[in-house]
Amino acid sequence: MLYESSLLAIAIFASFVVGVIGLSFFLGRKGQSAQAYYAAHGEVHWFVNGIAFAGDYLSAASFLGICGMIAFHGYDGFLYSIGFLAGWIVALFVIAEPIKALGRFTFADALDARFNSRGIKLAVAISTLVVSVFYLIPQMVGAGDLIVPLLGLPHWAGVVLVGVAVTLIVVTAGMVSTTWVQFIKGSLLVFFCGVLAALILDRGLAVNAGRPGTERLVPQVRTVRPDGAVLVDGMPQSREHDLRPVGTILRLPDRYAGKTSTGPLRPLEYLSVLEDSSIVTWVPSKRVDEAGVHTTYTPVERQGVDLLKPGGYFTGLTTGKLADRLDFASLMLALFCGTASLPHILIRYYTVKDAAAARKSTVVGIAAIGAFYVLTLYLGLGAMTSGALDPTSSNMAAPLLAKSFSTTLFAVISAIAFTTVLGTVSGLIMAGSGAVAHDLVENVCGVRMTDHEKVRCGKLAAVGLGVVAMALGILFRSFNVSFLVGWAFNIAASANLPALVMLLFWPRTTKQGIIAAVTVGMAASLGWILLSADTFEKVYGWDREASLVPFSQPGLVTIPLGFFVLVAVSLLSPRSPPPVNRARGSR
Amino acid sequence: MASPEESPGRRLGLVFFWIYVALYAGFMGLVLFRPDLLSLRPFGGVNLAIASGMGLIAAAFGLALLSLVVRPGR
Repeated sequence: MLYESSLLAIAIFASFVVGVIGLSFFLGRKGQSAQAYYAAHGEVHWFVNGIAFAGDYLSAASFLGICGMIAFHGYDGFLYSIGFLAGWIVALFVIAEPIKALGRFTFADALDARFNSRGIKLAVAISTLVVSVFYLIPQMVGAGDLIVPLLGLPHWAGVVLVGVAVTLIVVTAGMVSTTWVQFIKGSLLVFFCGVLAALILDRGLAVNAGRPGTERLVPQVRTVRPDGAVLVDGMPQSREHDLRPVGTILRLPDRYAGKTSTGPLRPLEYLSVLEDSSIVTWVPSKRVDEAGVHTTYTPVERQGVDLLKPGGYFTGLTTGKLADRLDFASLMLALFCGTASLPHILIRYYTVKDAAAARKSTVVGIAAIGAFYVLTLYLGLGAMTSGALDPTSSNMAAPLLAKSFSTTLFAVISAIAFTTVLGTVSGLIMAGSGAVAHDLVENVCGVRMTDHEKVRCGKLAAVGLGVVAMALGILFRSFNVSFLVGWAFNIAASANLPALVMLLFWPRTTKQGIIAAVTVGMAASLGWILLSADTFEKVYGWDREASLVPFSQPGLVTIPLGFFVLVAVSLLSPRSPPPVNRARGSR
Repeated sequence: MASPEESPGRRLGLVFFWIYVALYAGFMGLVLFRPDLLSLRPFGGVNLAIASGMGLIAAAFGLALLSLVVRPGR
């Protein structure tokens, strides 16, 4: 769909972005030591850190991806919410306190605390970079998606804009500014999603979203010709002749006979009424010939009861095929295990003063993130029935839902979503720059640097990562961001969790075991993803049946593989010397 | 490095962890093997899929809060 930008939207958006970057410059003057740059002096208050956890974690995947998935496929998007939140239980009860006690600046510090091994630092630094880059892709794709309707700019411009803004944030003040950007973003995101959910409940449900023009239930065809020109139903796309917005209720339950709208609904009543309604969803099908790529969007009447149960997106749950079920189980395992293995989440534990603060900040994070995920269900379902969806982009569901209320709300929600991307990307780039400067350059290559040089090296690494992130964001633009994030969770869980958990719970763990587990876990999960049916179809454009692995999500195989390799190699290698507790002593 | 098992607070945390693992695994078991059951509406309004999903989110917060309140050996 083509979008018209509004001056008000641009003004609100610009004020958000300028405000965030301005705050960064202000905080950047406060300290330039390595301890300040990488760990915010370890003096962040636990409550601020807890909300910053939410800011870090509630990425474009959570906000744009889950809302879009619920809006287009129903309940299955909520399964992502459940899996994402469950991962925090691992972080709170297994990881939080020990990681704070073991580490200093980076995840590698924690894994290497007992051994002082260059091999561990190298393996973990590479794993941190791989996970961060995989997690960066969906954030940048989401940024580009947001810019298109908001500023009327092409997708790549949004990607470049967020890349430049984030690099500025990270380079100016490191973890201090990143923490505050995430705190502000986390607070705004949860608050305004609450406002949006309240508006959805107040509006209730209405046949055809109460909007004229949405009742035309005839297929729409979008053609992209070889020369790049876009046709809609055979005519050149323009603002006057464009795809119609979709997503409506066809029939309300019998108890609303004779009415076209329910009026305001209570939270559980909203779900119950929706379950008894008939809803129109639009199913895309693609055809390629010499005239171009034709995508036909066909309206399909579905019962609410079918949309509010599993199987809309994970269709394998209802086909009964074992491989499809294993694929789903693998994803859910990766979401559960992945959160506590994400380097940009783990380094946030170094910004508070002690283990108790680490624990309390995790509880605050769980409260904020849990509240947000409950709201995503309402946002997704509200978008599904808003008559405002763009059939070509699931990632735009939440901002377009806001637009169905008012342009101002659309601008605010888009600006917050953009700040969401800024916050998460800045956290990822911080984690990646720490891995390059602190782990690779300083500890693996043995380059001795002054405090000032360490910071400068980190900033150079941040700029490099920013450029890589921009390129990948442009390359992967057509993907649902939640789907892409699933890859990052799989790699993080396979490479990092086995080593972290066994280091904490199995005294026989050796440095050789850790190096092998991280390396094998990372290589196996990455290799599996590259050979999977999803990648064959969506990245290479090949036949998915030619895939070399039985299902797409690797976690179910590669996470246990990481544990197995660690145990086997540890048993085969000599016992490690007693712990030196180097990190704790160095603080 | 002290073993995580040595602290009573950590031990209780691990008990909470395994409680949640059981809840999560039970829910995923239903989704995988008996998705039809999740369409039932035992509580009248919303179906079991929504109720159990919300319940898992609430359980995560409840256990997290409990871990702050109940800290043996403080």
